Amino acid sequence: MSGADGTILDVRDVHRTHGAGPAAVHALRGVSLAVRPGELVAVMGPSGSGKSTLLALAGGLDSPTAGEVRVDGQPLAALDRRGLARLRRRRVGYIFQDLNLLGSLTAVENVALPLELDGTGVRRARALALAALAEVNLAELGDRFPDQLSGGQQQRVAIARALVGERRLVLADEPTGALDSQTGEAVLHLLRRRVDAGAGGLLVTHEARHAGWADRVVFLRDGVLVDSTAPLGSVEQLLSGSGR
Amino acid sequence: MSIRHGLLALLERGQMYGYQLRAAFEESTGSTWPLNIGQVYTTLARLERDGLVRSLPESEAGQRPYEITDAGRADLTLWFATPVSRTDRPRDELSIKLALALTTPGVDVRSVVQTQRAATMRTLQELTRLKYASDQPEELPWRLVLDAMVFQAEAEVRWLDHCETSLVRYRPTVPGRRPPVAADGSAEAVVPADEEARR
Repeated sequence: MSGADGTILDVRDVHRTHGAGPAAVHALRGVSLAVRPGELVAVMGPSGSGKSTLLALAGGLDSPTAGEVRVDGQPLAALDRRGLARLRRRRVGYIFQDLNLLGSLTAVENVALPLELDGTGVRRARALALAALAEVNLAELGDRFPDQLSGGQQQRVAIARALVGERRLVLADEPTGALDSQTGEAVLHLLRRRVDAGAGGLLVTHEARHAGWADRVVFLRDGVLVDSTAPLGSVEQLLSGSGR
Repeated sequence: MSIRHGLLALLERGQMYGYQLRAAFEESTGSTWPLNIGQVYTTLARLERDGLVRSLPESEAGQRPYEITDAGRADLTLWFATPVSRTDRPRDELSIKLALALTTPGVDVRSVVQTQRAATMRTLQELTRLKYASDQPEELPWRLVLDAMVFQAEAEVRWLDHCETSLVRYRPTVPGRRPPVAADGSAEAVVPADEEARR
């Protein structure tokens, strides 16, 4: 299921205000944004511009003060807590700087966890988790615990967890964290590949090189979307100089 | 960088004639630096005059191959051993434009910054897409050329971010005029700390 026009994430005129009266902080002021299947949108802006708030609203981790957020056509405001939790487990993958891997579970158990919480049988959850680990080239290390993996490998486990099953929307907040540039690039490569396979992606970053992986870059300033780059042409068009 | 050294480097691989050199040059720079055949022959003529290459007899097809000389090889070795000087590069129009925008009345500098940022970001997206599409091992030279351009574009975006942060704090006492100079000749605190970086 997706929005009437195939939109995976539809943010409509969203406002988010913290506090009230003269002390109120307007984190977002009338932001609208749509992400379609196969599209990776990067959000750039200085600290405090509202980037992470936008990502939290998109993933149903926070609610807007006004406006509407739809994921796969489903208005999040219409879901109760349980419905929201189910949507987050089934349809939305999160890649955060803070990996949140459980140290007492192996890599494959970490990846299978959201599926098992959602009622998938242990055997099937493990098979899907192994497939997701294979996608990030970690199939052989599935039985290791997080502290037996390097930082880059842990990050890939976190990505496998975000991609496992049928996640249609992938949300990433500075996903490369403190990784070196080669490993960081591999992370974005994986995100890009999943999006090319039909997911929608929203990437929050202050690194221009990372935002370069997106199809479209939007700029947030003081809670307002101020600018956006035009959609890109194909590689063939770019090489022939007509991709603009 | 000169086309001269590019051609010498290609001839170090073996003899080549003009059209081969042009194709090989474009291939190794990923077509980011298109050459016309006239440039190739003019450069070859100068290299031959300076004793760095030698022309060989024409083939039956009428193609004249060139080969590198020992002097050419020495020149090439020196070129690889010498760092590229920043002062040899053309002046950066963008930094001059921003410096002027800041001191020209009625210019919305933040908008100049944002327009440039969106354009540079767009370039970065294009470069990244081309890189993503070039994943074969033999495409490494081309990927490294793209990487160089990616890092340059990234540096420009970072610099623009930096300019914007400085602009937020920038409070000229008389808009559009030079900042006042104190009695000891030093500029007062209204000059952004990164003023040097802009020059």
